[in-house]
Amino acid sequence: MEITGIAAIGAGLAAIGAGIGIGRIGGSALEAMARQPEHSGMIQTNMIIAAALVEGVALFGVVVALLQG
Amino acid sequence: MTHIKNKLAALIFLFLCPLVSFSGDPKPLKEGEIYNPVPAIMHHIADSHEWHLWGEGKKSVSIPLPLILYCDGKLDVFFSSKFHHGKKNVKIEDREYALDHGHLVEVNNKEFTDLSITKNVASMLLSVLVLLLLFVGAARKSSKDKAPRGLLSFLEPLVLFVRDDIVKPNIGHGYKKYVPYLLTLFFFILVNNLLGLIPAAANLTGNIAVTLVLSFITLIVTNLSGNKSYWGHIFNPPGVPLALMPIMIPIEIVGIFTKPFALMIRLFANISAGHIIIMSLISLIFMAQSGLGNAGAFGVAPVSVLFVLFMYFIEVLVAFLQAYIFTLLTSLFIGLATVEHH
Repeated sequence: MEITGIAAIGAGLAAIGAGIGIGRIGGSALEAMARQPEHSGMIQTNMIIAAALVEGVALFGVVVALLQG
Repeated sequence: MTHIKNKLAALIFLFLCPLVSFSGDPKPLKEGEIYNPVPAIMHHIADSHEWHLWGEGKKSVSIPLPLILYCDGKLDVFFSSKFHHGKKNVKIEDREYALDHGHLVEVNNKEFTDLSITKNVASMLLSVLVLLLLFVGAARKSSKDKAPRGLLSFLEPLVLFVRDDIVKPNIGHGYKKYVPYLLTLFFFILVNNLLGLIPAAANLTGNIAVTLVLSFITLIVTNLSGNKSYWGHIFNPPGVPLALMPIMIPIEIVGIFTKPFALMIRLFANISAGHIIIMSLISLIFMAQSGLGNAGAFGVAPVSVLFVLFMYFIEVLVAFLQAYIFTLLTSLFIGLATVEHH
């Protein structure tokens, strides 16, 4: 019997990983901005860069899942 | 000026109208069979030789696009309407072309080079036209004495944002020579992301070949502008014990390629995923209709449409965000390659 839907589970796991990662980045950035509002522009840029890097890894997972399923 | 533009639009429309073609039957669903949205979604995501606008089967309307094929030292040029949506083969002398589920094949397995204007190429040419109209128009009105008006007052803040908030802080000294390239990159990705959101449009920035070329240019620009300390960090990482060198140097060399590779995947997957989600949400209506009948379709439709509307807003945000991130990371990589260590 062929097992189907494994790719979808993989995509879901990738989404969980990205969610945890981006959530932590966003939370820390908000804390930092609340402490030092004068640096919020710089913090925001770095937050987006870090979020993009996390998201990139998650999207590798999504692309592999897309190719498999 | 507006008169000329209107006439141009009318001319293009008149030129396209006779080319619109109609095609054969759809496969009817069997009793109790649930509608499978995957083929329609994949068809939308993929590139094709005709620009499908709307409708299925006999009622389907699409714009035929020119095929340009180089085979046996001869150039074959014809419109995709000759295929009658894959039902007929096109024979030119001893060369016979056929469409097999959207893929172009030569019946006698002859090798050929496909230089066709496909849907994505046509969409890219359209976006180039849009960019030229926007920016040539705006640049003509630009002057140092007067405050920007009209179109220019919309584009100037965007251009300044790219220059002052993306390029300048990340590249630093000597940023000026990279500004034209990064501006082009930003507006090309932005316009294509937004064009892709129009119904019946092509999925250009969600095509991995397009993002491959964009990130390949980034790879070239980054490495050509790399200075002594950039290459020094790759081939002679400072402060690394000699025993670790055989591990560190290959990692650094792989690192040259992973950065643009991630750029490629990020843009492709973000835009494709957005299109897939919107199409899936719309497909829910058809799945409900095939499973529960018309009442089910009417029940699901409002929910589905609301979700699609929500996703559309997110996608407009993503269109800007991905253009921003691509430009930001490209300028970051260039900045890392050109930074001066004292």
